[in-house]
Amino acid sequence: MTVRQKSWALHIGLLAALFLLQFILPTYHHGSLARVMVLACYAMGYNILFGYVGLLSLGHALFFATGMYGMGLVIQHLGWPAGPALLAGLAAGFGMALTVGILALRTSGVAFMIVTLMFAQAGYLAALYFGDYTRGDEGFVIQQADRVLAGFDLSDPTNRYFAALLLFGMCLVLTLKLVEARFGQVLVAIRENEERTRMLGYDVHRHKLAAVVASGTTAAFAGAAYGLLFGYAGATFASVQYSIFPLLWVLLGGAGTVIGPFIGTLFMFYLIDLSSGITSAYMLIAGVVLVLLTLFAPQGLAGELRRRRVPWLP
Amino acid sequence: MELGPYLILGFLEGLVTAAVLSLMAVGLSLVFGVMRVVNVAHGEFFMIGAVLAWQIASMIGGHPALGFLAALIFAPLLVAVLAMAADQLVLKRIAYDPERTIVATIGLLYIIQQTVLMTYGPDARPVEAPFNERLSIPFVEWADGGLALYWPWGLGTTSYKLAVIGAAIILLAAIWALMTRTRFGLLMRATQLDRETAQAFAIPVNRVYALVFGLGAGLAALGGVLIVPIQQAHYLMGHDPLLLSFIVVIIGGLGSLPGTVVAALLIGVSDGIISVFFTPTLAKIIATLGVAFVLIFRPQGLFGKRAL
Repeated sequence: MTVRQKSWALHIGLLAALFLLQFILPTYHHGSLARVMVLACYAMGYNILFGYVGLLSLGHALFFATGMYGMGLVIQHLGWPAGPALLAGLAAGFGMALTVGILALRTSGVAFMIVTLMFAQAGYLAALYFGDYTRGDEGFVIQQADRVLAGFDLSDPTNRYFAALLLFGMCLVLTLKLVEARFGQVLVAIRENEERTRMLGYDVHRHKLAAVVASGTTAAFAGAAYGLLFGYAGATFASVQYSIFPLLWVLLGGAGTVIGPFIGTLFMFYLIDLSSGITSAYMLIAGVVLVLLTLFAPQGLAGELRRRRVPWLP
Repeated sequence: MELGPYLILGFLEGLVTAAVLSLMAVGLSLVFGVMRVVNVAHGEFFMIGAVLAWQIASMIGGHPALGFLAALIFAPLLVAVLAMAADQLVLKRIAYDPERTIVATIGLLYIIQQTVLMTYGPDARPVEAPFNERLSIPFVEWADGGLALYWPWGLGTTSYKLAVIGAAIILLAAIWALMTRTRFGLLMRATQLDRETAQAFAIPVNRVYALVFGLGAGLAALGGVLIVPIQQAHYLMGHDPLLLSFIVVIIGGLGSLPGTVVAALLIGVSDGIISVFFTPTLAKIIATLGVAFVLIFRPQGLFGKRAL
């Protein structure tokens, strides 16, 4: 098998395994895995920017929440049906990513992190400030009647699982395509040496902007889908914590690998799930994992695997 | 009450914020200037300062001034030791790489915050001020036959708040003297200027880094101890001051001490005055967007010379 065939076999195999798991998982883990798949899409969106371009954003919750509110508010206040609402979330995320990209890409390095952090903080505060519409921290529930997409009731666990799997499959295949395409290769070149890429005649700024938009829009779509599938939108999803989570998942799973974000999300989701049964201070685990990762495995799980065993991992 | 007394009240409250903020921001700025490290856990050092102050004050009985004095001395020292340990155990090992230190300090933030939540609990607890006389402030009005003084209801401050402002001024002067008049200050400035050359001249750069990180954290903790009689100690209290001190350090220009103090005054006082008229949420939205735009369009800050 060629390297390309091997990597496609691995990722299609993962999707097939997830499809089969639907039939054997107990109810609780069935629901959890659906959540993990949607959140993994968020992480994959984050990974486009952090893993492939090497731009560390501390404000991706802004995009996730923009998608979620873009979807939720038009359902709640304008009475749109689920399909158009999902597209509204996507469009809102696209617009937000383009705006933030144009502004934030004027900076780089640490300034880029702080600018994205500040934009996300402003977005979170705005969600609280316009509490009349967003209901602030308390959030609002999206009624079951509004969660019917193309005849499928998304509040039904089986439908929900398949919708999540479909979304996850789309993100996985698109990311894989992206990595193989010329565009993805230029992104990696920018990560490795920005000056040299510019000298070779590539428009670095345009590629970075396109990456921010792709990353932000994916995150927004994941946010919109999360709101629709689990029937809730709230300001918590805009808070700093939700900007830190994708960073944590991607770092843990392996930045710059296609499968890494899923591994990281799955691992961290269950770690927090287990520890929140023991203590209310479950973010302690997140902190310890972050510190240990930066110290001992900056490449993450899939990254270490690639370094040691499977050099072909995309 | 008319507009004038409101403004004075906002200004005084703003001065107290500015005093604490300047201590914290100078700590953040020192750490960034010398070590080029963006310490996201800085707010948590402020928070443990306050929590330790409660712990120490409640252990020592007797007159409240006694416990407070002990807290003022021991809390910052303990925090400094903790920070130095974090520096040696974590930051030194990742070679102060800018992006990895941010991730590691985010980790430290959660470790510290959640450990406090587990041990100290989610309650907000007060520490009694060593002295707390109410001082009313007069204001002028037109009475028959000219200007007359009167005491508007609610316009006033406490002796403790004035003492906080005084303490901040003394501490800032001490920091300035430390930086410019002592051998340790000289070593710090040399390391800040050029780390490798400093190392080549046998300056123990590693020890300077650890001490600077401890000093920065200690200053944040001092701010925490000073604020705790006014605002209760709580495990999430580090969040807002962290954001504000980032704003101050960025507006003031990174690594510039006078710029930091001026920006702290500007931000603290305008925060005080704005929150008299607007909701705090709107004030915070304006402030965060302001910082983002300063970084985008004037990355060296309003007073600094060097970009981030």
